[in-house]
Amino acid sequence: MKKRVEYLITTGGLTVLYLVIMLLIVVGVLNGYYVGVIIAIGINIIVASSLNLATGFLGQLALGHAGFMAIGAYGAAHLGKYLMAVLVMPDFIKGIIVLVSCLLFGGILAAIAGLLIGIPSLRLRGDYLGIVTLGFGEIIRISIFNIEAIGGARTVLGIPKLVGITQIFILVAIVLAALYLLVRSRHGRAIISIREDEIAAEAVGVPTTFYKVYGFAISAFFAGIAGGTLAFYQGLIDPKKFTFMFSVEIFIIVVLGGMGSFTGTVIAAILLGVMNELLHAVDNWRMVIYAVVLIAMMIFRPKGLMGTYEFSLVKVVKDYIAKRKNQKTT
Amino acid sequence: MSYFIQQIVYGLSAGSIYALIALGYTMVYGIVKLINFAHGEVLMMGAYFTIFGIISFNIPIILALPISMVLCALLGMFIDRVAYKPLRNAPRISALITALGVSMFLSNFFKLLFGAEKRKMPDFPALKGGYVFGDVTIPYKAILTLVLTLVCLITLQIIVRKTKVGRAMRAVSEDKQAAQLMGVNVDLTISITFAIGSALAAVGGVLYAINYSQIFPTMGTLTGLKAFVAAVLGGIGILPGAMFGGFLIGIVENLTKGYGAGGWSNAVVFGILIIVLLVKPEGIFGKNTREKV
Repeated sequence: MKKRVEYLITTGGLTVLYLVIMLLIVVGVLNGYYVGVIIAIGINIIVASSLNLATGFLGQLALGHAGFMAIGAYGAAHLGKYLMAVLVMPDFIKGIIVLVSCLLFGGILAAIAGLLIGIPSLRLRGDYLGIVTLGFGEIIRISIFNIEAIGGARTVLGIPKLVGITQIFILVAIVLAALYLLVRSRHGRAIISIREDEIAAEAVGVPTTFYKVYGFAISAFFAGIAGGTLAFYQGLIDPKKFTFMFSVEIFIIVVLGGMGSFTGTVIAAILLGVMNELLHAVDNWRMVIYAVVLIAMMIFRPKGLMGTYEFSLVKVVKDYIAKRKNQKTT
Repeated sequence: MSYFIQQIVYGLSAGSIYALIALGYTMVYGIVKLINFAHGEVLMMGAYFTIFGIISFNIPIILALPISMVLCALLGMFIDRVAYKPLRNAPRISALITALGVSMFLSNFFKLLFGAEKRKMPDFPALKGGYVFGDVTIPYKAILTLVLTLVCLITLQIIVRKTKVGRAMRAVSEDKQAAQLMGVNVDLTISITFAIGSALAAVGGVLYAINYSQIFPTMGTLTGLKAFVAAVLGGIGILPGAMFGGFLIGIVENLTKGYGAGGWSNAVVFGILIIVLLVKPEGIFGKNTREKV
C-alpha cells in the first residue's frame, strides 16, 4: 500500500470519529458537561503523550511536566491577550492566527526550559533527572507565585476562549501524529535504543546525551502546548493547579496506559478522566486508589495496559484485505 | 551581624533535621540504588506516632520517641518487603515509580484517616526559651535538635564502621553479588538498612514537630525532597556528606527567609541542586566513579 493511501485511511478514520462526536453533540446525547469532560481528557492526552516520549520511549523519569505546562500556559496567555488587542482582522481568522502562534510560542518557551534543565541533568546516568525535574517544577511554580508581572498568586483572567471541541480534536490529532511519526523515524529509533540499553546505544554510535536532551526538549514542547491549550480553553489560569501532584497525575496516565504506547496513553487518559468524574464525590479516596493502582501495576504488570502495542487503522485495513484475499484463493 | 548569626543558628537547627532525613535517603540509595520517595512519609508517620503516644496514651516524650522509632523501623522494613523487594531485579524506573506510589499512598491514607488540617504539637515547658548571648538567642529546642542529631550520626558511624552489620552493609553497597558469595545475608542487610534509615526519619519527624509546633499529613513530602537534595549535595551514599548537605540546605533556607525572600526559599534550594549537578555531579564529598558494563 502506498504511503499516500495509508495517510488517507487514517485521516478518513479521524474524520469519521469527529463527525460521530459532532453528531452526538447535535443530537444532544453529549451535553455541555460531557463536552467539558472530553476537552479536559483531550488536554490530558496531549500532556501525557508528551510525557510518554520522555518516560516511555526515552526511559527517563520526569516529574515536572506541570511546570512545563505552566510555562506554556502563561506564555501563550500573555501573548494571546496582547495579540487579541493589537491585531485588526476578521474574528475567525484572528482566532486561528492567535491560537496557532500563541501555542507555538508557549511550546517553544517550554522547550527552552526543557533544554536548560535537560543539559545539566541528562549528562548524568541514573535518577537525577527525576529529582531535578521535580525541583524545577517547584521553581517554576514558586517563580509564578512571586513575580507579579507574570501573574502572581492570583488567577489570570481575560484570556480569549479560543479552544472548543473542534480545536481540541485537531490539536490532539496533530500532536499524536507528530509524536508517533517522530518515534517511528530514525531519531525515534535512537531515542528507543537509549531506553533499551544506554551503554550499547553509545557503543554503536548513538550520541546518547544529544538524543536525551533532544527527546526531553520535544517532550517539554508538547507539554507547553498542552498548557497553552488549557489556558485558551478555560479562559483563565489558576496558578495553584500546577503542583507536584498534578505532575504525578500525568505520570500515572502514562504508567497505566503503558510506557511506550500512545494508544495506551489515550486509553488511560480517557479511563482516568471518566474515573475522576465518578470519584469526585470521594475525592479523598481518589489519590489513595491511584497510589494502590500504581504500586500494583508495577509489581504485577509493569508494562501497563497496552505495553508497547499501538493501534493502527491502516494495519486493521491491511489485515482485512489480506484475509479477503486468503478467502478468495482457498 | 548578630541578626546574621541568629539566622545561622536557626539554620543549623533546621539543617540537622534535614541531615537526619538525608542520612536515611543516602543509606538506602547506597545499598539498593533507589530514591526512596516514601522516606518523607515515614518521617511524617514518626511524628504522628509520637504525638499520639503523648496525647492519647500520656506517655512522656522520652518514651514516646523510642517507641515511634521502633514502629517506623518496622514500617520501613515492611515497605521494603511489600513494595520494593518484588522489584529488586526489575528496571530501575519501575522501582522508582513504586516508591512514588508508596509515598502517595501513605500521605493520602493519613489524610483520609486524620484529615488534612494541621495538628498542634503539645508544648514542652522545659524547651521554652534559650541561652542569650548579647543579641543572639540560642533556643533550647535548637540545642536539643543539634545534640540529638550529633548523637544519631555518631551512633550510625559506629554501627557502619565498627560492627558486623555495618561491614555487611558496606559490602552489599559495594557489590551485592560478591557480598552474597562471601556469605552475607543480603536481604537481611537491606532490611536492616531500611530499619535504621526509618528510625532516623522518625527522630527527624519528631524534631520537626517540636521545632515547628505542628504536624500534617503532607509535611514529609517537601521536607523529604529537600533532604534528598541535601543527600545529593553532599554526595549520595556518603554519610558525612549527607550531614554536611543537610546543614547547608538548612542554613541557605533560613538565610533566604531571614533576608526577606521567604517565598523563594524552596526555589533557591532546588536551584542549588541544579548548579551542583552542573559543576560537580558526584556531590561535594563524592568520588568520581565510572560505570561498569
